[in-house]
Formats: sequence, structure tokens, C-alpha cells
Amino acid sequence: MALSGIQIYKMLPKTNCKECGFPTCLAFAMKLAAKQVELSACPYVSEESKVELAESSAPPIRLVSVKAGEFEVKAGNETVMFRHEKTFFNMPGLFLRVKSSMDVGEIKEMVIEADAYKVNYVGMDLIVDGFAVEADAEAKFSEAIKAVRSATKRPLILIGNDSEIKAGMEILSGETPLICSASSDNWESMAEIANKYSTPLVVGAENFDDLADLTEKLKSKGCEDIVLDLGSGHLGGVLARSTQLRRLALKKNIRSLGFPTITYANGTNGQDAVEAAQAIEKYSGFIVLDRFAPELFYPLLVLRQNIYTDPQKPIQVQPGIYEINSPDQDSPVLVTTNFSITYFSVANEIEGSGMPVWLLVTDAEGMSVLTAWAAGKFDSERIAKSVKEFGIADKITKKRLVLPGHVAVLSGEVEEELPGWEIRVGPREAVDIPSFLKQVL
Amino acid sequence: MPIEIPKDKWPGSVRTVTLGATSGEGGTRSSTLTVGGETTLPFMQFEASIPNKPVVAIEIKDHKPEDWSPLLAKVWGDAMSNPGDWAVAAEKAGADLIVLALSVNDETGAQTTPEKAVNAVQAVLKACGLPLIVFGPGQVDLDNELLVPISEATKGERIVLGVCEDKNYRTIVATAMANGHLVTARTPMDVNLSKQLNILITDMGMPVDRVLMDPTTGALGYGIEYGYSVMERLRLAALQGDAMTQLPMIVTPGFEAWKTKEAKVGEGVPSSWGDWEERSINWETLTAVSLVQTGADIVVLRHPESVKRVKSAIEQLMMA
Repeated sequence: MALSGIQIYKMLPKTNCKECGFPTCLAFAMKLAAKQVELSACPYVSEESKVELAESSAPPIRLVSVKAGEFEVKAGNETVMFRHEKTFFNMPGLFLRVKSSMDVGEIKEMVIEADAYKVNYVGMDLIVDGFAVEADAEAKFSEAIKAVRSATKRPLILIGNDSEIKAGMEILSGETPLICSASSDNWESMAEIANKYSTPLVVGAENFDDLADLTEKLKSKGCEDIVLDLGSGHLGGVLARSTQLRRLALKKNIRSLGFPTITYANGTNGQDAVEAAQAIEKYSGFIVLDRFAPELFYPLLVLRQNIYTDPQKPIQVQPGIYEINSPDQDSPVLVTTNFSITYFSVANEIEGSGMPVWLLVTDAEGMSVLTAWAAGKFDSERIAKSVKEFGIADKITKKRLVLPGHVAVLSGEVEEELPGWEIRVGPREAVDIPSFLKQVL
Repeated sequence: MPIEIPKDKWPGSVRTVTLGATSGEGGTRSSTLTVGGETTLPFMQFEASIPNKPVVAIEIKDHKPEDWSPLLAKVWGDAMSNPGDWAVAAEKAGADLIVLALSVNDETGAQTTPEKAVNAVQAVLKACGLPLIVFGPGQVDLDNELLVPISEATKGERIVLGVCEDKNYRTIVATAMANGHLVTARTPMDVNLSKQLNILITDMGMPVDRVLMDPTTGALGYGIEYGYSVMERLRLAALQGDAMTQLPMIVTPGFEAWKTKEAKVGEGVPSSWGDWEERSINWETLTAVSLVQTGADIVVLRHPESVKRVKSAIEQLMMA
């Protein structure tokens, strides 16, 4: 049974030392009860309390981490079914799979391309997290692992039977790959390897009853870092199983199923993109794809970023004046909000147009133009205030202010607020800014 | 270790709405389409059966649009120059229904007249037997000027007329009521605004089983997470029994995805964006399937390959 915050508080040192990062022991206790922190953050808790609290302090979905050198991919520690209830915390790792039956040169080429891949989205560089190597031809497995390792430093997933994995781990000593996978037939030898190298272990079974039995057996052997295989099949079945596992962990507190999951997205004719998208939205911890293409990974990496954005904290940029393409005293002033996606859409278009512009980013509390306008966070007063606050008038002689087309209704009010300024209405969509700049201004 | 699967039981359900009317029902459609009726979250078939699967509409225009991506112009070819031909091509491409989105101007650049708009609608109805949704050009006065005569000329067809927004819904709702049509109500990604507009529309006397709601979405990378979560919250509210959220949801991922730079532009973009056409199709497909996961009942798309992929995904999701 989960303990309440007050019950947990009674077992803490009650010294309010703040070393856990919270102002009081009670605040820390409340966070523990909500399963949002780990007890290990408290350096002074007694051994007896530790044992007693272990159950209630452990997150309902265990945090599992796959590492190689400086790279780490973490999954688990999730607390909600729907992102609006709080947020999704640990983005699922996107892994690219190669098979040992492939030609070594082909493996290297694929891995080098994916390893070098980097795509910019709202100022962030998004990358492929790691690689999976599958032993579909046992004799060539070691060779394949070496080829992959020579081409990338990122974390790996090894897929094979116990003897294959054992051989593979000898090559990768010192790393923490994810090894795959334990079943009712081989779990003891897989547990041995996982324990020897302290690696997390994937477990698969026909149904949840057997799966829970297996994880209990593994735990009794000391294996704690477990990843559950969602099994293959059509989207509907995977969605149902994934949802059921998340509910069992969060709502029923079933410890034997409280682990992150792994999904294989290998459908043909573009269905792999759909499978991976569902896995991103519906609770997967590790996602394995079988082909690399920028036009496949770019949308998936963006989707993952979107779904794992904290709904309470839209990504914002700093309000102020942004100089694009070296504007001078004759350049126009374009106005937008400080919601990151809005800012980057607008800034990219202006940059691409080659036209010099002063971009005035107003503080709209991180909302897009239309949303901020509807919420009263982007009105004539706020626009006028930021014009004055950032002193843009001192930088120009020709006072021209361009409003986003979506707030054309504000132009009259802005004119009143800013006497001496020429107020223009720009396009509604950022993509039309270049033609507007060239034709209208 | 026996594991009992936790099942949610909900007090509420989504209403069913039927689009289109056959000749026996006062229209000319060769078939009708029923959406909604869910009693549980999307595709949770271990809890309850899903009575009506989500459907895919293809958006066509009254004449060849100037501002659509060249990729769309290439794939639809000559069919784009005539709404009837375009509707037939859309049906062949797998559309479950057609969305005819009227333009502000006709092909000569003059403002679209009511006659031209009615002709376009009738050309589509004549050429294609699928249920139809008609969107005005999105300007208050022009919408009303075009939609009223369309509504009167197609009495009894159970067309969906749109788009009702808080600043302009009365005329559209009144004409839909008088002529046996349906309406769609669009609000900007906000649960309470959705409810409010649904209340205003039904307060006019419009039967609630003739209203669809469009909570609006952003495309992948351009705010999809807002639409995604608003739709999840609307569907949860519907299942919890909040009557004014119990309307089937329609969204326009095609429109949103194809206005992004990723889909619209093929040159001068980073090489890390990859192949233009495949990227665009992924952009539209992923935007659509993500919203289907949140409870969308109708998704409106533009590219036939996206239609194929989204329909295939829905088929798979409907497998228990």
C-alpha cells in the first residue's frame, strides 16, 4: 500500500536540512508520496526507514539507463497516463538496428550516416540515440558489433541468444548496453550475463502473467534493471498492451510490471513511421527502427520533442530586439510573440529572405500569436510597451511596425498607442513573410 | 502470477452523427457515413467495442489552388481543375468522404460568386456519391453569402456546412437547420471555448446529433502538442459525461501539415530534412495518426499516399 505524505514525513529525519533540494522534510515527503523523487536524495534517512519506505519511495516505473561513454539514454520514471496531467519525463530512445548477416561495409556505412545525423529544431540539435545489433547470423555477430563500435560512440542494444550475448559483451566490457532478451527458457543464463556486466535486460513472454513471473524470478537473482518487450503485431494490439502495462504500473502499483518497454517499428511502406509515432505517444521507452533516412527520423525526432514538452512550460525565447540580416535605420520592425515555435518560424523565414529586419519579440508568456491574442497576452498595450521598453525607436529613422496578420484587428489600437509609427499588417503565416517583405515593404 | 487487466468504465459516451442522405432519405448520396458512438478511449477494445472507426476525408477545392505545394499539384494532376473530377479521383484514392473547401476568388481572380459556389458543390454531388462537407472560404461575409445558397440548393443531402466559429455561426446554423444539413464548429485549441460554441449552436435549436466539433490542431513541429492534449481532454470529458464535449471530432491535419515549410518547400532547406516528398507525406501522416490516437473521428487530408497510410493505420488499430 502506498503511504501518504504525512506517514512518510514521520519516518524522515525532520531536520529540514534542505540537502534533498526541498525547503522542508514535509515538502520532500509530499514529493515522495507523489512518486516524483527518489528517497536516495535524502542523505540522512535511517536504515530502518529506508527499508520501510522502499516500497513507497520507488517510482512506479523503474528508471533504466543504457550507457556508453558520455552518452546515456534513460527510460522510465513516468507518473501519468496523459501528458496534460503533468508531463512525460524521459523521452524514448530512438535506436537504429543492424543485423549481423549484413555485409560489414554496409553496416558501417549505415551507422556512420546515422551517427553523423543532426537536425536543428527550434534551436536544438536532435540526434539518433543509439544502435541495436542483432545476431541473425551467429558467426558474424562479434564482427558486426566491432563494426558498429568503430563507427559510433553511442549506446547499443544487443539482440541475440545467451551465448551470442556473452560473446558480444566481451567486446563491449565497460559499457552498459541493453541486452535482449530473456525468456522462460534462457532467463537464468541471461540473468548471469546481466549481473556480471551490470546491464539492463529485456524480458519477453506470451502474456502478462508469465511476464510478471519472469521479472520476479529475475529480481530474485538480483536483476533489477528490466525492460519489457511489448511483443510484435499490429498497432491495435501493441497499443492495448502498452496502455495496460502503464495502467498496471501507475494505477495498480504492480511492481513486477513497473518497467519501461521496448518497441520494434519495422513495418513496410512507411508504416514504420506510424508504429514509431504510436510508440512515442503511447509510453514506449526504447524504439528500434530498421532503416535510416533523414525524412523518417526528422519527423519522429520532432514528434518526440513535442509530446515530451512540459505542458505547463511552453518553450520560450527571451523577449527583446533580434537583429536579422544586419538591419539598419531604414529596416522595418516585425512583431511576434516569445513562443519558441512562433519565434523560430518567423526568424527562419526572415533569415531565408535575406532582407534586413528588426524582430521585436514581445513577452506573451510563451504563447503563439493567436493563442496569446485570445488570452489577452498579446494586445496593443503589450506591443506598445515592448516597443518602448526595448528602445527600438532609437535605432531607426523610418518608424514602420509590422503586425502578424492574425492580429490585424489590433492595428487601430496600436496606432493610437504609438503615435508617429506607421502600422502595417503582415501575413498570417510565417511562410509568406519573404514575399511580403519583398513585395509590400 | 495472475495479472488482472484494469478496465475503465465510463459514464458518458460520444454521440453518433450520420453524414449524407441516400435517395431513400431525401438526398442523392450512394452511401452514408456514421461517426462517433465511442464509449471508451480510442481503440481500447478490451474495454468496449468501437462502434464506428475513424474516417478519412480528402480536401478538394473549387478550382486549382495557387498556393498548394507543387507535390500536391503533381499527384492530383488535371483532376484539380474541375471539382467533380477531383472528387472522383479522391474517391479512387480511398476517401471515405469529401471536403470541398471553397476559395475566396475564382480561377479568374474575381471574388467567388454564389452561382459558381453552388455549381462547384453540385458538380461534386453529381460526380461522386460520397457524403460531403463544404467549407466556406473563411471570411465571415463571404462564407454566409456562399453557404446559404449552397444549403438551399442541396436541401436534404445532410451535407456538413462549415466553418462555424464564435464570431460567425448564426447564419450557417440557421440555414443548416432549415435545409436538413449538419454543421461543424471550430474553436482555437481550448476545451472551454469548444464547449461554449457547442452550447451556442445547440441553443439555437440545432439538434446535437447534427453537430461536429473541430478543436483545431497545429501540425507536427508547429504546436501539435496543444491540439493533441486538448483533444485528449475533450474526449476524457465526454466519457466522464460532460454533454457539450460529446460531439464527434473533426480535424484538418492535411491543411496544417501542408502549410509547414517542411511540406511546402523542397529547395533551400537543410539536407538533414531528407527527401521532400516522403518527408511531406510523413509530416501529414504522423500529424493525422497522432490525432487519431487522441480520438479524432474524421481527419481531413490532402495527399493520396498519406490517405493510404492513415487508413492502413486505422485498420490495424481497429484489430482487437
